[in-house]
Amino acid sequence: MSAEPWQRGEIAGPIKATVIKKPEVVAALVKRAKRPIMVVGHKAAEMDVGGEKLIDILIRIAKTANIPVVATAHTVKEFLSRGYTPAAWMPAVDIGQRLMDPEWKGLDGQGPYDLALFVGMPYYMEWVILASLKHFATHMKTVSLDKYFQPHATWSFPNLPTDEYRKQLKVVLERLGG
Amino acid sequence: MARRALYFRAKELKTGVGEAKDLEIAIGRIFEEAWEEPVGPTPFPSITDLREWDFKLLSRYRPYYLPYCDVCCLCTFGKCDLSRGKRGACGLDLRAQLSRIVLLACCIGAATHVGHARHLVEHLIEKYGRRCPINVGGDAVEVEAPVTRLVCGVRPKTLGDLEDILDYLEMEVTHLLSCCHTGQEGHYLDFESKVLHAGMIDQVGMEIADMAQISAYGFPRADPDAPLVELGPGTVDLSKPVILVIGHNVPPAVEIVNYLNEHGLYGDVEVCGICCTAHDITRYNPKAKIIGPISWQLRFVRSGIADVIVVDEQCIRTNLIEEAKKIKAPFIAASEKNCQGLPDRTDDPADEIVDDLVSGRMPGVLILDPDKVGEVAVKTALKVAPLRKKFKALPDVSKVIEGAKKCRGCRECMRACPNNLPITEAMAKAAEGDTTALAALYDDCIGCARCESACPVGLPVHSYIVTSAERKMKEEKFKVRAGRGPIQDIEIREVGGPIVLGEIPGIVALVGCANYAHGGVEVAEIAREFAKRRYIVVATGCAAMSIGAYRNEEGLTPYEEFPGSFEAGGIINVGSCVSNPHIAGAAIKIASIFAKRNLRANYEEIADYILNRVGAVGVAWGAMSQKAAAIASGFWRLGVPVIVGPHGSKYRRMLLGRKDREEDWYVYDARTGKKVYVGPCPEHLFYAAETKEECMVMIAKLCMRPNDTSKGRAIKLTHYIDLHKRLYGVMPDDIHLFVRTKADVPLTMKDEIMKILEERGWKESTIPDPTLLPRLIRRREGEE
Repeated sequence: MSAEPWQRGEIAGPIKATVIKKPEVVAALVKRAKRPIMVVGHKAAEMDVGGEKLIDILIRIAKTANIPVVATAHTVKEFLSRGYTPAAWMPAVDIGQRLMDPEWKGLDGQGPYDLALFVGMPYYMEWVILASLKHFATHMKTVSLDKYFQPHATWSFPNLPTDEYRKQLKVVLERLGG
Repeated sequence: MARRALYFRAKELKTGVGEAKDLEIAIGRIFEEAWEEPVGPTPFPSITDLREWDFKLLSRYRPYYLPYCDVCCLCTFGKCDLSRGKRGACGLDLRAQLSRIVLLACCIGAATHVGHARHLVEHLIEKYGRRCPINVGGDAVEVEAPVTRLVCGVRPKTLGDLEDILDYLEMEVTHLLSCCHTGQEGHYLDFESKVLHAGMIDQVGMEIADMAQISAYGFPRADPDAPLVELGPGTVDLSKPVILVIGHNVPPAVEIVNYLNEHGLYGDVEVCGICCTAHDITRYNPKAKIIGPISWQLRFVRSGIADVIVVDEQCIRTNLIEEAKKIKAPFIAASEKNCQGLPDRTDDPADEIVDDLVSGRMPGVLILDPDKVGEVAVKTALKVAPLRKKFKALPDVSKVIEGAKKCRGCRECMRACPNNLPITEAMAKAAEGDTTALAALYDDCIGCARCESACPVGLPVHSYIVTSAERKMKEEKFKVRAGRGPIQDIEIREVGGPIVLGEIPGIVALVGCANYAHGGVEVAEIAREFAKRRYIVVATGCAAMSIGAYRNEEGLTPYEEFPGSFEAGGIINVGSCVSNPHIAGAAIKIASIFAKRNLRANYEEIADYILNRVGAVGVAWGAMSQKAAAIASGFWRLGVPVIVGPHGSKYRRMLLGRKDREEDWYVYDARTGKKVYVGPCPEHLFYAAETKEECMVMIAKLCMRPNDTSKGRAIKLTHYIDLHKRLYGVMPDDIHLFVRTKADVPLTMKDEIMKILEERGWKESTIPDPTLLPRLIRRREGEE
C-alpha cells in the first residue's frame, strides 16, 4: 500500500493528498458533507473488482448515501443499462470547470458542492482535474475513490491491490448503511 | 509604432528616379502593385494588433487551467511554490504561470515550423533560384496562400517573396518568446492572447513551408486524385537494401530518390519513411513507402529491416543512434537542428564517409548537405545490406519466454506506461509460454519504451511486445492517398454554400501526432463514421496515416473506400504537418471565394465569419508535441474548435464555453444591430475528450454554427442526436439550446423533440446574420 503517484512521473507539488488509511474515513466524509457529488469516468465500467465491475459498487454507494452522480464521457450508457439514472452526464473537463466555480449553483440549482468524489477516469486526466480543484476550488474538498493514489485529491486511497481495494469499498458501503 | 500608421497608397507616383503605379507601402514594406483588393486593417500584425479579438474569444471560451506542475523553476528565485493562490518571487500566480508555459510550448511549436520553413526555402532557393514561381495548384488555385494573404496582406509570387514573410514570422516568434521572460507579461489573459498570436504565426510558417516544397518539388498540386501509396511495415521488399528516412524536412530524402533515379538504381533499393518526411517523400515519389506514424519508430528500427537510417528534424526519437548501433545500421543525421553529437562530415568526400560507415569505424555521421546525404545513403545501403542481414534487435519468441521468467512482477513497467497497459499480467503469461497477452498490447502501445527504462531487471519489454506481435507487424499492408496539397477554388465554390448554410453538416479535420490512448484505429473509426455521414473529412500527418492503417469488411482502406475530393463524404489527405494550413485555408477561402469577403490583412472579420458560419472542427486525437499545441492555437484564433484525446489534458489548459451561462451566447445581428441569443455554438474552443465515443458526439455538436439555416440545423441536430443516442444510450439533455425555430427540429424526431422543448419551456427565437464585431453591423435599430 504505497502513497506515491501510481504513474511514477506524475509528481505532485508541495500540497499532497492525505492518505485514506481506513475506509471508514470516506464514509465519515460523505456523511459530514452537506452537498456531496460523485464524478464517475468510463473506466469504472471496465474495471473488474472481484467478480463485478467497479461501476456496480459505485451505484450501490451512490444510492445508499443519496449522492448525485455525474457520468463523464459515454459512461451514462453503462449506468442506464444497469437501471440507474445519473443526475447528469457531461465531459470530465466540463464538470471540473463547473466545480471550480464557486458561483455555480450545481446540478439542481441549490448551490455549490462541498465534497466531490472522483473515480474511474484515466489516471492522468483525473490527476490534472484534481489539480485544478486543489488550487482553484478552495470552497470544496475532493476524494479519489480509485485504487491508485491521486496526490492532488484532498484524500486518496494509496495504491491498492484489487482484492484490498474491493474490501475497502465494501467497508465504505457498509458504513454508509448499504 | 503601429505598422499600419506608416501605410500609404499612391495610384501614380513620379519621382526623379522613375515612375510607379498602384504603389502601397507600409513600414518600408512594398505592397503589391496590381492587386485590386484593398489592404485590410491588420497587415503583418504585431503581438497586440488582434488583442481585442482574442479577448472576445477568451471572454466566451474561458481558460480552464489544469496544473501539471505546482511550482515554477524558470529562474533562480525559484523553485517558487504557486499552490492555492500563492505568488512566486517575481509576482506571478499559478494561472499566469500555466498560461506562460502554454505560450512557451506554442513558441517552440511555431519556431519549429518557421525554422523548418526557413531551412527549406533557403535550400530550394539555392537549388531552383529566387525567381522559382509559387505554384500550388495551377489554374485550379487562384488563392494560393490564404493564410499568408489573410495575416500579412501579401501574395507571394516566387520563392524569394517567401523570405520577407519569414523575416516577419521570426521577429514575431522572438517577441513572443521574450514575453515569457521573468518580469515581462503578468496577466493570464494577455499570455493567452499571445498564445493565439503564436498559433497564427505558426500557420503562416507552415503554409510557407508547404507552398515552397509543392512549388519547387512538384508535389501533387491540389490534386484530388493524388496516387495511392503503400503504407505499413509489411510493404517493404526485404530482398532489397532499405533506406529509412525519419522526420519532417524532406530535402535529404528527396536527394536520396534523385540519386537513385539519376543512377538507374531506384528499383534496386527501397526508400521508406516514418512521420511527415514519409508523407512528403511519397508526394515527391509515389513509389516510396510509408512505414507509419512516429510511434512506430522503435518497433521498426528494432526489426532490423532498415539498412541505413537517415534523420532530419522534429519528432525523431532522440536516442535513435543507439538503436541503430544495435542493428548495425549506419546512421546519418542531416539537420543542423539535430546533430546527435556526431562528427560533421559535410565537407569530406562521399566515398570516404561511405567506407567509414560500412566498415563500422563510424556508426553515424552528420552531413548537412542534402545532395551528399543522397549519395552517401545510397552507396552505404548498397554496400552494407549484404553484410548485416542477420542483425535485428528483436529477440526470438523463445527468448521472450525465457526473459519473462526473470520478471519480478513489480509493476514498474505499468507505472511507467502512459496508457497503464497491463504489461505485468502479460509477462506472467509469457513466462508460462503464452505470448498472446503480450501481442495483444501491440496495438495500444505508443512505442515510448518507458517500460524498458523502468524495468529493474533490464528486460527489453517493448521488444518483447513487438516480437510477440511480429507476424501481425509483417502483415501490416495498407494504402494511403499521397498528400494532395491545397483545396481547389472550384471545390470551395461547390461546397461553400452547403457548408455555410449547414447542409453539409461539417468539416472534420483529423490531425496531429500518435499519442493515442487506445491505438490509431480510433482515428480511422472516427474518419469513417463522419465520411459515411457525409461530412467532409480532411487529414494530415500521423493521423492521416492512422486512418489508412485500417481495412473494412471488403478489405478496403478508407482512402480506397471514400473519394479524395473536398466534398461531402470525402476523406482527404492534404499532406504532412506543414500542410495543416490548407485546412485553415479551406475555411478562409469559403469566406473569401464563396462569400466574397475581403481577405487581405482582414484577420478579425474572416475569423468572425468562420466562428459564426463555417462548421469546422479539428481533432488531434493523439496530440503530443509543442507543434501540435501551436497548430491548435492557430485554429482557435481563426474560430475553429479543436478536440484532443485524453492525453491532451496534459496541455494544462482548455478553452471551455459554459452553455449554462446564457449571457455568453449572444451575437449581433448584422442586419439590425440587435443582440440575439444563438445558443452555445460552438460550445468549446479547446477541449479534451475522455473517450472516442465522447469525441464523436462532440464533433457533431461543435459543427453547429449560429448561421445555420433551419434545414442545415435540422441535419446537424439529426447527426448529434443519432450519435448521442447510439453511443450514450439516451437523448441529449441540451437540445433546447440548439433549436431556434420549430423548423430546426428534424422531421423524423419531431414529436419526441417538441415534447422535450415543451418541458423545458423553450421559446422560439430568430436566426440572425451573426457577428461579434459591432463594426460589421450594417444598420442599427431605429436607423433609416
